[in-house]
Amino acid sequence: MKVGLFVPCYVDMFHPETGIATLELLERFGLSVEYPVDQTCCGQPMTNTGCEREAAKTEELFVRNFGKYDYIVTPSGSCTNQVRNNMTAIEQTDAVKHVRSRTYELVEFLHDVLKVDAFPWAEFPHRVALHNNCNTLRNLRIASMSERREEPFSKPKALLGMVKGIEFADLTRPDECCGFGGTFSVFEEGVSAKMGQDKVTDQLKSGAEYVTSSDSSCMMHQEGCARRMGANLKYIHIAQILNGARA
Amino acid sequence: MSGSRDAILGAIRHNHIQGEHPRPAVPLFDQAAPADLKVLFQKSLERMGGKILIPDVPDPMAPVRQAIVKPGPVVSCVPEFEGDMKITPQTKPTDIAPVEYAVLRAAFGVAETGSLCFTEKQLHVNTTGFLPQHLIVLLDPAQIVYNLHNAYQRPEWLQAHYAVFQSGPSATADIEGVLVHGAQGVRSLSVLLQP
Amino acid sequence: MTAELHEELTDPHGEQLDHGAASSRPLKSRIAEPQPRGAKIRGNRPVDQSEAANRFMAATEHEAMHDARLWDLRQKRDKEMHGIEEWEELRNLASGIKEHTLSKLDYYLELFEKNATANGIKVHWAKDGAEHNAIVLEILRSRGVERLIKSKSMLTEECGFREFMAHNHVEVIETDLGERIQQLDDEAPSHVVVPAVHKLRTDVASVFAKTIGSDPDNADAHYLTECQREATRPLILSAQAGMTGGNFVVAETGTFVVCTNEGNADLSANTPPLHIASIGIEKLIPGLNELPVFIRLLSRSALGSPITQYTSHFRGPREGGEMHVVLVDNGRSERLGMEKFWPGLKCIRCGACMNTCPVFRRSGGLSYGATYAGPIGLIIDPTFNVHKYRNLPYSSTMNGSCTNVCPVKINIHEQIADWRKTLAGDGEISPVKKVMMKAAGEVLASPVVYRASLPLGRSALRHLPHFMLYNKLNTWGRKRDIPETPKQTFNEWYRKNRKSQEKSQSEGENS
Repeated sequence: MKVGLFVPCYVDMFHPETGIATLELLERFGLSVEYPVDQTCCGQPMTNTGCEREAAKTEELFVRNFGKYDYIVTPSGSCTNQVRNNMTAIEQTDAVKHVRSRTYELVEFLHDVLKVDAFPWAEFPHRVALHNNCNTLRNLRIASMSERREEPFSKPKALLGMVKGIEFADLTRPDECCGFGGTFSVFEEGVSAKMGQDKVTDQLKSGAEYVTSSDSSCMMHQEGCARRMGANLKYIHIAQILNGARA
Repeated sequence: MSGSRDAILGAIRHNHIQGEHPRPAVPLFDQAAPADLKVLFQKSLERMGGKILIPDVPDPMAPVRQAIVKPGPVVSCVPEFEGDMKITPQTKPTDIAPVEYAVLRAAFGVAETGSLCFTEKQLHVNTTGFLPQHLIVLLDPAQIVYNLHNAYQRPEWLQAHYAVFQSGPSATADIEGVLVHGAQGVRSLSVLLQP
Repeated sequence: MTAELHEELTDPHGEQLDHGAASSRPLKSRIAEPQPRGAKIRGNRPVDQSEAANRFMAATEHEAMHDARLWDLRQKRDKEMHGIEEWEELRNLASGIKEHTLSKLDYYLELFEKNATANGIKVHWAKDGAEHNAIVLEILRSRGVERLIKSKSMLTEECGFREFMAHNHVEVIETDLGERIQQLDDEAPSHVVVPAVHKLRTDVASVFAKTIGSDPDNADAHYLTECQREATRPLILSAQAGMTGGNFVVAETGTFVVCTNEGNADLSANTPPLHIASIGIEKLIPGLNELPVFIRLLSRSALGSPITQYTSHFRGPREGGEMHVVLVDNGRSERLGMEKFWPGLKCIRCGACMNTCPVFRRSGGLSYGATYAGPIGLIIDPTFNVHKYRNLPYSSTMNGSCTNVCPVKINIHEQIADWRKTLAGDGEISPVKKVMMKAAGEVLASPVVYRASLPLGRSALRHLPHFMLYNKLNTWGRKRDIPETPKQTFNEWYRKNRKSQEKSQSEGENS
């Protein structure tokens, strides 16, 4: 199984440790993982804004970078959603279809493809609030959502549950969007920041020490709000916890 | 005006949506219906803000009399109970305005929602359902159906020109979500289960 | 006016459903915060929703109450959902029934017309709001009507009905409490189900004090509601005509159904001798088997109550009465032909998408500056005026909660994305967005340019992603800290620590 690692722009720039943890974690399962160094972005900022034509060249580059892999894995559900469900600016060739259907968010790759049942190296004795990115939750269906009458499930919780010492903190509005929303975070800055502040307040009330998520983008926004508010919360990507980070 | 009719229908035909969209079959969803629907009806009615009057076997109308505690005209649309205001063919809808209590019989009830169905046949004048300050309703327990699917199988829908499900008294929460009964319609609704 | 409080007007307790009362505890601050007003409308210029949203959020008491109240409705909806085993099946059915009816809308409209006419209802057809208003005015004038009582109808909001009637000297009295508050305050409804939900009780007290003479210092909701009841009743009793909307129209029986909690539609329809119902052509459903699917979903989705207190079915005029139905198109038949956007016609106006929308809850419905606010508004409003409402599809994080609470399964968040594409394709996108995305698209398409744009060791601002980088206002940093810049990017780490170990096979492949 040849795996291509996609490290989204946010992670590349601000959270290289998340990329490193993802790479190391995948390698722990004996996978051959490559990171094509000429990768940039999945095209989401343009598509998200409606500028599909402007996204075309970025999408082409993505397919050129990742066409040769059996699976493309990325520590971002939002980017996975873009590739899998919205990469429509370019002609849908076999290569494009292959890349789109083979791109997985890290948690679902571990849960559904590798069917991992233990992380013996992982221990995280802290109280943790889980945040699901909205694309990851409602489009990739990484967990059951409160809007629907369905059997409760959560792939990230199932994986985190295998980590020694972890304790979950419950939010009052666990599925509420944090207000990042991609370009929304700058075009509609006022509402975006208010939603972020409300999310941080909910996390604080839950008694969490850490917030974790499989999406760095939401956490970058939440962490930005938390710092400005002077909130004592730490944000850590799920890849790091699963890879054995202690704190 | 027929010009607009034809224009609208023409535009609809022109903009016909693509694909097959067959008419779905709607189940009755009544597999789980309990044998005795009274308990569920009462629970649903109370959730909607209605009250159940406690029956009195030797004197069936005693609970109705006891429920009338305020002065003011009482209009009765049922033979079992004598009101002090008569509805005649000359009664206008607005004549009901001074009424404090109206005593009515519901055509049937719905256990799922605690709803009572009235048509013009039970109301005599339609406004007896909502212009009075309070309603006291007789309901035959044999005329309670389980859910709304069952309710719409009833014959009343093809007989009446006006039919209303009343589920508890008038309510509003339009000011900061504070529930207030008696926004425009009746302030209270009491039900006596009485064949 | 001193309205005597009836003793029934006490707070609910026990098992009784409380609709929204749980969030009605008095606010901590009793300082009357001025009510923020809605979006500034400047002719046909694009509405600036975020500007109005920022003003709403600046009124912190209003924003906090609004968010809590609507979230409370969302939670009550969830509770009802869990009480119905067949909930998701009902949603599928509701969606399928609406799609079926819309696919044969001409047939069902003619069937309704035939059956309603046979029962004595006079059916009219109006291609737009102006024709609707003219038809109603003609009916009212020919019968000498000077006062009309009406229940809430979003369609008449679309038609500008009240303004039109005011110009033509017909007094229109709204009988829904929330709508009456809005009418007296000369403001549009901010929500399809709870029109005055953006107002604090102190705002209502001040409106009522000015208009119906209530005590300006008494902001008790029971008192205010009672004042309105007492003030409106004489108007109801003296009106010569009543008007309602219609939630559902049953083609096979010629019936239309109106759902209210106050009983005000029944009062409006049954008290005066003349009843006119204005109904959008998309409200049709086939028959009585289908009706319960919608009755079961509507109020549960809207308010979290199993049914509206009054569900009223009109199949013909009462003895000695007169009944008219005006079927209104106003853009609906055209929308039917919009490949991506016709499913918006399935909407039953429950407002669940507004209650769940995190943007709506923090912005207030009037910030959208359009008849329909919130998620459903974002996808319907541009069909009325694409230029004026071109910014609205951006007032969303596209989180998808709306789509999943929608009882008729409208793919709202996908349509929001489709609207953005449509707007950008038609040149209806703001220049700043266009310039930024064009630049971002070019930079991200080239690894060399992209990497060159990420110089390390300078100010953190330089490292923000491109759509932020090109935004000179630095809107990110206004209320959020900018992330710390690490010593090296992942890409640099990989080249340094891993790339050298790899075989050179992939070196030439990625250009």
